Amino acid sequence: MLLYLLRRLLLLIPTFLGVVALTFFLIRLAPGDPILVLAGERGVSPERYAELQAQFGFDQPLFMQFLHYLGQILSGDLGVSVVSRIPVLEEFMSLFPATLELSLVAITFAILIGIPAGVLAAVKRNTVLDYSVMGASLVGFSMPIFWWALLLILFFSINLGWTPVAGRLGFLFDVEPVTGFMLIDTLLADDFGAFLDALHHLILPSLVLATIPLAVIARMTRSAMLEVLRENYIVAARAKGLSPFTVIFKHALRNALIPVVTVIGLQVSILMTGAILTETIFSWPGIGKWMLESIYRRDYPVVQGGVLLIATIVIFVNAMVDLLYAVINPRIRKAG
Amino acid sequence: MIKVFIFSLLLAASSMPAYASTLVYCSEGSPETFNPQLATSGTTFDASSRQIYNRLVEFKIGTTDLEPSLAENWSISDDGLVYTFKLRQGIKFHKTKYFSPGRDFNADDVLFSFNRQRDKSHPYFKVSGGVYKYYEDMAMSSLIKEIKKLDDYTVQFVLARPESPFLANMAMDFASIMSKEYADRMMSAGTPEKLDLQPIGTGPFMFTRYQKDAFIRYQAHPQYWRGKEKVDKLVFAITVDPSVRYARLRAGECHVMAFPLPADIPAMKKNTAINVDEQPGLNIGYWAFNVNKKPFDDVRVRRALNHAINRQAILDGVFLGTGKLAKNPIPPSIWSYDETTVDYKYNPDKARALLNEAGLGDGFDTDIWAMPVQRPYNPNARKMAEMIQQDLKNIGVRAKVVSYEWGTYLSKSRAGEHQTILLGWTGDNGDPDNFFSPLLSCASAKSGNNRALWCNGEFDQLITLARSESDQTKRSKLYKKAQAIFKQEAPWLTIAHSVRYQPRRSNVKGMKIDPFGGVYFSGVSIE
Repeated sequence: MLLYLLRRLLLLIPTFLGVVALTFFLIRLAPGDPILVLAGERGVSPERYAELQAQFGFDQPLFMQFLHYLGQILSGDLGVSVVSRIPVLEEFMSLFPATLELSLVAITFAILIGIPAGVLAAVKRNTVLDYSVMGASLVGFSMPIFWWALLLILFFSINLGWTPVAGRLGFLFDVEPVTGFMLIDTLLADDFGAFLDALHHLILPSLVLATIPLAVIARMTRSAMLEVLRENYIVAARAKGLSPFTVIFKHALRNALIPVVTVIGLQVSILMTGAILTETIFSWPGIGKWMLESIYRRDYPVVQGGVLLIATIVIFVNAMVDLLYAVINPRIRKAG
Repeated sequence: MIKVFIFSLLLAASSMPAYASTLVYCSEGSPETFNPQLATSGTTFDASSRQIYNRLVEFKIGTTDLEPSLAENWSISDDGLVYTFKLRQGIKFHKTKYFSPGRDFNADDVLFSFNRQRDKSHPYFKVSGGVYKYYEDMAMSSLIKEIKKLDDYTVQFVLARPESPFLANMAMDFASIMSKEYADRMMSAGTPEKLDLQPIGTGPFMFTRYQKDAFIRYQAHPQYWRGKEKVDKLVFAITVDPSVRYARLRAGECHVMAFPLPADIPAMKKNTAINVDEQPGLNIGYWAFNVNKKPFDDVRVRRALNHAINRQAILDGVFLGTGKLAKNPIPPSIWSYDETTVDYKYNPDKARALLNEAGLGDGFDTDIWAMPVQRPYNPNARKMAEMIQQDLKNIGVRAKVVSYEWGTYLSKSRAGEHQTILLGWTGDNGDPDNFFSPLLSCASAKSGNNRALWCNGEFDQLITLARSESDQTKRSKLYKKAQAIFKQEAPWLTIAHSVRYQPRRSNVKGMKIDPFGGVYFSGVSIE
């Protein structure tokens, strides 16, 4: 087990290096110069241009810039945004809680609905119920997020007036940001009205963000359940006269969950990509919108730093899932 | 349990009290900073200079006319070189959680605000990057020779040359006046950049909180010298997507919204809860011909292309009716605009005849550069270029549409690599010189900002003369002459001035639409 852990952790080093190099060179390969984009139609004089280049270190040879950047990262400095001149890490930390809150609610939502739906579809295989769950998940999986979100806004916010259109909190409430998690901050401020309002604002965006993971989890649960239900020990359990409930949830689901956990782990990267669109539509102040904007503006430090931080999170979560997988799956634990 | 919970959620939605005297504006993006000296984007100016700060002189909201503000009055010496401003007394800076002013506004604040931008050894010059784009663009560093404090309430600007747009420049966002006392305090606390992030001004609203990509909160300045605003709180709800901004306006989550989609305008106008104010923008979208490249050195070719394009079709197809046909290089809201200019009519036969005359009866090959971004003066350059391409095909000219990423596009065209190019300009100070000099002068042909690279001696002399003249009637005459030459020489096809729309809830009163494209909430109330 220890050896397995060590091997997994060592593998992270080349992965990180790869991510850093890839983002550094890819963003520079894209045409466009951050200083010129910043200047716009009015342009910038050659002297001023040279001055700014030197200020951001863009006048150095590319490889030197890369070495410099590596050194900077190792000392924990991700650089300063070309546009806002605020340190990248500081911007990230102020925006990330919003993305995390949204993603956590979305994935909870996806698990709470996806797993039961998958189990139900597997148990009632080839019935109308199975077909509708699978049909719905196929639609959910292939739905263009943008369109889906606007559709929900139109129906629930404009026609019915049940949910707010966008944002994290109504403007009547002025809550001091402490943790950056709106649900926690409103409770810290001891304002239950604001808490409810924040929950309210979470409904549509988390629903939209949960759509794809929900579909994937439901499908995965179903197929894993079908496989397990065919096993001999299930037949034996049934023959012993155990109740269907015990058979399905205690014997079948526990074993079927092993591949499902992996799939849930993989949803982290989907959540991060999905967050870009969801956050843009719902004016959700998270890192998705921030990254998109910085790519448009060729804000190199933000793109590099942002990708690195997001990659770190994805890699970290995947590593955790692998470990968790080993814990719940004795076959790997022993093979390690 | 779950039912109770859902019920309470719904209850929270329906029992949402009305936004008493909080005005919510759905803005289009996050500001780069709260210091207008450091910024170039309208988004930043809307969030900073236009609510938080005052200037010595200001544009009367909704017009391009100047009115006194922090300066009560001023005098200009006969040679046009010395401007003396008499400052208003008893003006209070914002008192907030992070700063409480120890004195009123005075001459030191004026000197501080300008010296930070002009004096490279000023302790604040390098703070927050030290790039004062607009100050440089308006050539203020070479224009202002000296700024003198005569007494606590009198300031004198000495210019290096007479320049009549100077007063209008003083009303621009970069000329906002900041508190020297606050700056000194931040400097000694070791946090000078706070000046730019937690602003203190004299304007109608004071800053309370900002969360990037989410909102900016302001409060009415209780001691505002023009009188306290009618609304108590002002919120910018940052909403990037225009369809969502519209949805929020419809749902009543905001009172005023920025930049609507042209396609949504008809529906907005039908909605009785929403009013749409409109005004032709202070901009020009044009198609420039590089006169340094053949065959565009021949005026007959340029005129032929002016006749060849069906601009009405472009207005309908690209601007979706939100544009106004342009015949001069300046928009009609700027004084000296020549109403009498006779424009080139859409006439493919005449275009072919002119090409024949120029010895190009078989047409020629060329390119059309189309911008990759959406701008107020051109909502869809790609589509516009394709329509032009079709019209050109009609007269036998084979054109290829070219585009680059925005920064590359600007620098390559500045270097004159294009043959023809779509671009535009948005005015800054309402002075005609702000269009003629940067876009069509010989100097700008050298610097590359003049994308036609057109340098006409007579035209250049007229606009140079007009710039140093301080009598507006005389200037107007000179500019009209210049416009006639421009039209005759046809270095551009003038395409359109876009119309600006400002949707608001019908219960919002006192909102004036700003010709410069900005948003001001001073004087606005909710009924």
